[in-house]
Amino acid sequence: MGEPFEPRIVAFLCNWCSYTGADNAGIARMKSPPEVLPIRVMCSGRVSPEMILRCFRAGADGVLVLGCHIGDCHYISGNHRTAKRIPLVQRLLSYVGINPERLRLDWVSSAEAPKFVQITNEFVQTIRSLGPIRQELGLPRMGGGR
Amino acid sequence: MEEPRIGVYVCECGINISAMVDVQAVAELARRLPGVVVARVYKYMCAKPGQQMIQEDIRTLGLNRVVVASCSPRMHEPTFQQAVAEVGLNPYYLQMANIREHASWSTEDRQRATAKAGRLVRGAVFRAAYQAPLEPRRAPITKTALVVGGGVAGIQAALSIAEAGYPVYLVEREPSIGGRMAQLDKTFPTLDCSLCILGPKMVDAGRHPKIRLLTYSELEEVSGCVGNFRVRVRKRARSVDEQKCNGCGLCQEKCPTKVLDTAYEAGLGQRKAIYRPFAQAIPNIPVIDRQHCQFFTKGRCRVCEKVCPTGAIDFAQQDQILELEVGAIVIATGYALWDPAGLAQYSYGLSPNILTGLQFERLVSASGPTGGQILTFEGRPPERIAILHCVGSRDVNAKPYCSRICCMYALKHAHQVREKTGAQVYQFYMDMRAFGKGYEEFYQRVQEEGVVFVRGRGAEVDVLPDGKLRVRAEDANLGRLVCVDVDMVILASAMEPQPDTDRLAALCRIGRSPDGWLAEAHPKLRPSETATAGIFLAGCCQGPRDIPDTVSHADAAAMHVVRLFNQGEITISPTVAQVQVEKCVGCGECILVCAYSAIQRNQHGKAEVNPALCQGCGTCAAACPSQAIQSLHFTDQQLVAQIDGLLEEVFGTL
Repeated sequence: MGEPFEPRIVAFLCNWCSYTGADNAGIARMKSPPEVLPIRVMCSGRVSPEMILRCFRAGADGVLVLGCHIGDCHYISGNHRTAKRIPLVQRLLSYVGINPERLRLDWVSSAEAPKFVQITNEFVQTIRSLGPIRQELGLPRMGGGR
Repeated sequence: MEEPRIGVYVCECGINISAMVDVQAVAELARRLPGVVVARVYKYMCAKPGQQMIQEDIRTLGLNRVVVASCSPRMHEPTFQQAVAEVGLNPYYLQMANIREHASWSTEDRQRATAKAGRLVRGAVFRAAYQAPLEPRRAPITKTALVVGGGVAGIQAALSIAEAGYPVYLVEREPSIGGRMAQLDKTFPTLDCSLCILGPKMVDAGRHPKIRLLTYSELEEVSGCVGNFRVRVRKRARSVDEQKCNGCGLCQEKCPTKVLDTAYEAGLGQRKAIYRPFAQAIPNIPVIDRQHCQFFTKGRCRVCEKVCPTGAIDFAQQDQILELEVGAIVIATGYALWDPAGLAQYSYGLSPNILTGLQFERLVSASGPTGGQILTFEGRPPERIAILHCVGSRDVNAKPYCSRICCMYALKHAHQVREKTGAQVYQFYMDMRAFGKGYEEFYQRVQEEGVVFVRGRGAEVDVLPDGKLRVRAEDANLGRLVCVDVDMVILASAMEPQPDTDRLAALCRIGRSPDGWLAEAHPKLRPSETATAGIFLAGCCQGPRDIPDTVSHADAAAMHVVRLFNQGEITISPTVAQVQVEKCVGCGECILVCAYSAIQRNQHGKAEVNPALCQGCGTCAAACPSQAIQSLHFTDQQLVAQIDGLLEEVFGTL
């Protein structure tokens, strides 16, 4: 006990807007929380419920899905599907005992590096206040110092 | 699946990565990961020796997967894909871990940056094990171009593409092509008559067998991608049958309705309700301005119909929607003139003798409202004229940038005043930017013609009770305030992006620079390309420039189009969706979510992907309830492996 909580967060970033926004944040040397681990997908529409559940199963304390703004999707309407899908996954999460706040959907364009930094910081704060997911699920703490 | 033999290459990027990430520790971690045969650190992995190191390892160690931990894949994925392909490894066996933008540059703490870099590398290594070879596909392209905007840029681009042998649609919003250059009297510094040099080009464009002019038309929709765009153009109703009209002009002559011409004559002259914008209009076919035509507003008149010898007037004509297929698009939509009323100190609009540069062009033009005589609104020859440079340009309260053409046209105007009248000319300028070929010499010439140059921005124009205009400025050379009373003021107003640039940028999915002009792909090295493949920029839509620079830019854009068409086909990414038929239950969910109508049911009721239409977004893969559709290079297996690698802690049953 007393060990600091280091949240692990997977961020699905769409190639055209959010991944580019995250790149641009780095290029501008804006600091973003290292707890956030990006996975590049071509479109936020690729992020299936199974992927999100897999993240939690693999020990993620939070999952972030970032896409192009509605109307700006590189694939016309892929993000419309994401916008419909994520609230359903959030309901599913609360059904299985995971706080739905651990999954967040937002829109970050390639020009919104500051917004990427702001959202990731906010989300890390949220996850810190929720605590480790293992605790929420009543699972034993991970042993070892991995 | 063959046994993965993975090489991991950790780049220091000079010190961009190594200053914040312990690259040796990352390589050490990589060496302990399953399947990793070798892990190396190098200062510049993207440089030739770095690439050769990877190639050498592929050959000698028999690597079948390569992970490069360096900058963003958006930067160098193509570089490393090509490097591995050169020694026979399929480029889709490469995976990158972005430890520069996403770790070293974005993290303040070395230990945490290193830990994150390690996780990113582990994710990439785990993922690489599941990557599979893919072969790019080739697709034919539609060798027809679309040029949007029929000013000198669009005309030049269209002619160059057509001369290279490819058909072109030239779309222009106004009833005639010609654009701004057709409004000008003379061009600096050679003082060529503007329409005399543009006119022949307009005629060439109008009669070129490979060019189809679509005037009075607007772009409404763009879809598809490089090589195969589909565009929708609205051809507005001219109310004149283009096939029947012989261009005699009788309708225009007899039309009883006069309208203030705010377009071609810049508000100084009038036109009729049925009109050609100017005598040399191409096509030489009038349009009826339905907002002012008495038949359309009051339901009577029909004079034009009565006088037309060919029966070409068609009041019932409807807008036409044209669906065009083109392989490349050149945007040449030009600029708008900033309205000097935006800065109250210039009193623009308070006196008819305060003109913009474009209005003066019409005043001094032989085809203009005064037949080329320089007269005040009251009809007298002016005795003194002030020309103010940088009105709106180089001004933080309006446009911070230099509009580039104003110094030279202001000098030209001074010359024209001196040539045609005895009036004294006062030029108020901050810096004289005479940067082009023959420009400085022209400046010298105008100085010798007795024009008074006052170094200092024209600060204020006052309209005096007697109608005279008082210009105040600080003469920076004398270090004191000066004040001149004149009969006419010419404001060298700034260029600004067209007011609907927003809509155009959204239609074509291209970006804009902070100052609002359309964004080029690279400010130095790719000035006529955009970030969207197959869409190119010509002329002032990209930023202020004069005529010779516009023509060069247009030719550059045309060259890109011709280069693309000469290739004959485009390479299409193989990262498309693929159906595993045995898993597909034929529910059709994928068909519903596909934005490109790329999926259909085959005769067995199973989903089938048309790879030529599929853009590889993967939305269908996420929607499929039986995981029967996979998005190649972003398969469930690959993403799950990456997730596990990033987190490296799996609990519960899989």
